[in-house]
Amino acid sequence: MTMTVILNGQERRSADPLSLADAVALLTAAPSGVAAAVNGEVVRRAAWPLTQLADGDEIEVVTAVQGG
Amino acid sequence: MDDPFVIAGESFNSRLIMGTGGSPSMEVLDRALLASGTELTTVAMRRVDPAATGSVPELLAARGIRVLPNTAGCYTAAEAVRVATLAREALGTNWVKLEVIADERTLLPDPLELLTAAEQLVADGFVVLPYTNDDPVLARRLEQAGCAAVMPLGSPIGSGLGIRNQHNIELIVESAGVPVVLDAGIGTASDAAIAMELGCAAVLLATSVTRARDPELMAAAMRQGVSAGRLAFLAGRVPRRRYALASSPPVT
Repeated sequence: MTMTVILNGQERRSADPLSLADAVALLTAAPSGVAAAVNGEVVRRAAWPLTQLADGDEIEVVTAVQGG
Repeated sequence: MDDPFVIAGESFNSRLIMGTGGSPSMEVLDRALLASGTELTTVAMRRVDPAATGSVPELLAARGIRVLPNTAGCYTAAEAVRVATLAREALGTNWVKLEVIADERTLLPDPLELLTAAEQLVADGFVVLPYTNDDPVLARRLEQAGCAAVMPLGSPIGSGLGIRNQHNIELIVESAGVPVVLDAGIGTASDAAIAMELGCAAVLLATSVTRARDPELMAAAMRQGVSAGRLAFLAGRVPRRRYALASSPPVT
């Protein structure tokens, strides 16, 4: 069964179960300086590999950019 | 002269807090930051862009500049708290420049959402530096909520209109028990000097440097403007007089 998650606003399908660490790795190879939230809840980095994503989850992965 | 700027127990030699928004390139930004002498600089939190090159936090770390994440683009307290929490996780700092704006056109702070967000973030252990209206009452409420500084605007973000209500800034400085940082509206070096002459502890600016014709040169000008204004404030200006006061002895 394929699973669909919304990763930074884009639909991503996966045939295999995805952890939050897997999802972050789809966007960036160097996750230092990166934070992630699932359905609006911030998840600490240490918990990323243990956090299994569910169908329909919305994941935000953010980093610092020029601003302010 | 030893005159450190102390905020939440941290001491800085520079009283110029820089923003990084609007810079044409990382190279230009780097040179401007160096010329400014800043030791504290803001960044924004945005979705990871896989195509992006260069990291602002790495640039700041390489220059020994402390990073100050902001919550720019947030319209509600809930959004701002979430962005601050993401920033703490991403950057390992509990400092936040709290920005909760009311609308796109003016980018003016929404005072009710701002105060709500400040209370929640202070309760969650953040060092909160709120970008606020030039309203002495709101500044007092933010200080009472436990903010580590108050950062009133001189005029709207990016407008370069300078300090439109100097009297209010003076009132805020007079009664504040935390540092007052003039944030937003600075157009040129004389505006920064005026902020410091009014008794502000520091100035926060971005656009006036990053979008200047020569950002590096303007950063150097801002550095000197802040220093000159601070010295003038400490020295004490002469009273304004209606008529002349001869500076040479009378002819006898």
